[in-house]
Amino acid sequence: MLKFVVMRFLSGGLSLAILVTLIFFFARLTGNPTDLYVPMDASEAVRAQIAEQRGFNDPVVVQFGNFLADLARGDLGQSLRYARPAIDVVADAMPTTLTLAGLAIPIATVLALVIGSLGALHPGGIFDRIAGGATLGAASLPDFWLAIIGILVFAVVLRWLPTSGTGTALHWVLPVAVLVFRPLGILAQVVRTSMLGVLSSDYIRAAEAKGLRWPAVLVGHALPNAVIPMIMVVVYQAAGILNGAVIVEVVFGMPGVGRLMLDSIMFRDFNLLQAVVIVTAIAIFIAAAVADLLLALIDPRLTHD
Amino acid sequence: MNAAAPLLRVENLSVEFRTAAGITRAVRNVSWSVLPGQTLAIIGESGSGKSVSSSAILSLLPMPPARITSGRILFGDMDLLTLDASQRHDINGKRISMIFQDPLSSLNPLRTVGSQVVEAMTTHEVPRDQAQARALDLLEQVGIPNAALRFRDYPHQFSGGQRQRIMIAIAIAMGPDLLVADEPTSALDLTVQADILQLLRDIQKRTGMAIVFITHDINVARQFSSAIVIMNKGAVVEAGATAEVLARPQDDYARRLIGAAPDPAAPISAYRRPPGRAPLCRVANLSKTYPARRDFLGRRKGTDTAALKNASFDILPDEVVCVVGESGSGKSTLARALLRLEAADSGTVEMDGRNLMALDGDALRRVRRDMQIVFQDPTASLSPHLTVEDIVCEPWNVHGDVVPAAERRAAAERLMELVGLRREQIALHAHQFSGGQRQRIAIARALALKPRLVVCDEAVSALDVSVRAQILDLLTELRRQMGLSLLFITHDLGLVRAFANRVIVMRRGEIVEEGDVQDVFLAPRHPYTQSLLASLERLVE
Repeated sequence: MLKFVVMRFLSGGLSLAILVTLIFFFARLTGNPTDLYVPMDASEAVRAQIAEQRGFNDPVVVQFGNFLADLARGDLGQSLRYARPAIDVVADAMPTTLTLAGLAIPIATVLALVIGSLGALHPGGIFDRIAGGATLGAASLPDFWLAIIGILVFAVVLRWLPTSGTGTALHWVLPVAVLVFRPLGILAQVVRTSMLGVLSSDYIRAAEAKGLRWPAVLVGHALPNAVIPMIMVVVYQAAGILNGAVIVEVVFGMPGVGRLMLDSIMFRDFNLLQAVVIVTAIAIFIAAAVADLLLALIDPRLTHD
Repeated sequence: MNAAAPLLRVENLSVEFRTAAGITRAVRNVSWSVLPGQTLAIIGESGSGKSVSSSAILSLLPMPPARITSGRILFGDMDLLTLDASQRHDINGKRISMIFQDPLSSLNPLRTVGSQVVEAMTTHEVPRDQAQARALDLLEQVGIPNAALRFRDYPHQFSGGQRQRIMIAIAIAMGPDLLVADEPTSALDLTVQADILQLLRDIQKRTGMAIVFITHDINVARQFSSAIVIMNKGAVVEAGATAEVLARPQDDYARRLIGAAPDPAAPISAYRRPPGRAPLCRVANLSKTYPARRDFLGRRKGTDTAALKNASFDILPDEVVCVVGESGSGKSTLARALLRLEAADSGTVEMDGRNLMALDGDALRRVRRDMQIVFQDPTASLSPHLTVEDIVCEPWNVHGDVVPAAERRAAAERLMELVGLRREQIALHAHQFSGGQRQRIAIARALALKPRLVVCDEAVSALDVSVRAQILDLLTELRRQMGLSLLFITHDLGLVRAFANRVIVMRRGEIVEEGDVQDVFLAPRHPYTQSLLASLERLVE
């Protein structure tokens, strides 16, 4: 098991290194950020001086070298826009995004397990057909549309919920609800399909032949097998939110990582962009590692040879 | 007939399956009964309804699409078709239990085998500590070595035969009155098959349970059962005492089915390999090793597997060479390496004196034209998107000179007739044919290039007995007409007896014995061949 974890870290580190390199060079293709940060009427001399100070005039390779040297010291540099260490800015935004993902993904997962399993128990039945249409719809509805309709109905017309911000628990209801939709739709379909396969397998018939009662068959034999294909999909969906629930964060005015990433690109705040990418990549990597570990714990075939 | 009251009576059972494609009446007015302690064999080909009728006993039919339209299943004076969930719980696994065809998929892969045996008892209110002690005892009884050490192992760590033994341990855990065995040995190797039958018989002697044994194998039924029911297309066509029915079948279908089964007492084909003839195909020292898997850093996990070790043999023109062996013996690797579908590590394959291993590109393509293959599963080996015409004509796209483009349609139709299909069926897709017909299409494709050697890799193993006999007849007839040589790979020794000229016996990647068929069968030299043949003839006591 230890070897498994070490391997995971090595391969994860390699992916991260490649990612960071790509981001560094691609970001600099967008141009020199100096113009965005000096007054419109600043002289050429001032512009040149600032660019020189910030190192924007150095060859890109030299900039990359400096970046790596800083990185080795654990320093991700200063954010141009916020004039603070970039990592601090990201750290401030992270809890919002983590909370969004931490609420939306478990809710979607549990609902998907219930809806998908119930559908698979009576394939083609009324519940299955309604759930099938609804989950397909949930998986395909655009975020921004859902968000705006949600605000219109629940905040503007009914006045039950606030339109934006993060002040109270009620502020979180709409954003989380919007974020639940797509994972729920996709996961319910995954669960239904895998459950259908599992329910028609021989070991389920064998469990029934043993005389096990239906709940014991379902919980003890069907569910663990049906969950396996779902785990990786859960991680991908979680990664989608960690990577920045850009639209939801912007529409609901939530100071999360997604909005930060968008801003850092628009303002050519390279250090901040790099910091955001590194932190989210690490978060996603941890999520994937946890999923692998979970799979290895559930499925003995993965750890034995 | 015995005067004792039947243990279980199936009366006028009818089952239909409703699907989008329409209603299939899978079982029609079927009646049979089994006495306490008796072994009843239910025989039939795929689609005969033999498994459907017995799945109904334990309420294992998927409903929907299945629907029971008439009948009763009486167990004592209880109708098993009318039980509620709690009555059902008192029957399944306790009074009646079941084992299935595929031991590889009948155990939950995520749970230890011990827990799965224990569960069969705890669900019937046996206290956990007692259940654990008995589970260990059961695993020993069914012949799992080191049962105590292996209690916490997972199903994938056991062989197919061992997994079927574990299934049997689960089935007998509560001491049932009746065991329903649905093709319990069909997926197993011959030697393992005999062991499992013997185990079932031993348990039956000790416990006195009755067995309903569902099988397609008449020879197994002959050895194992005292009463027999023969089913065809959902109906019982003949029933009675096994010896009586098999010796003097009354029904037409029953007669054909019994006639098609390889008869262990049938004469062996006599063949003397003519001396001095040049071989069509000469295989020398062919070897193939599958390297061990490697981990992230390239270190080897486990050991290399030598799938084929220094295989050498000849095939003469117009000769049927059968390769027999159990699963994992390297038969299929041999076929693939011989055709260069897979690269051998060393050795040579000569067709007409030209070494295939040294050829490339066009030269290789020209030689390959003479060597074709028919695979085991015709459903998987025929593309579902293509019409039969596309499938049969496809080889001519590669070898354009065999048949001029203008004549291809007519030539393809002739091939259809040659393999016993109708000309007009050429426009259909593969899924519109039965399994046997699909294999005929695969054979037509193999014959399109007028090959001189056809390799059949378990080409009839997936087919029903009567269909199997037809395909073998077809191959024999084609061989006569076209002067083909066949390399016929099979695990079915009974088939080899009547069909082969030469026999090659493989074990663990090595050829352990080779010779003319009657020599190998009547005077096997290698101990492995002897044990293989013994398990074919071994009667269950």
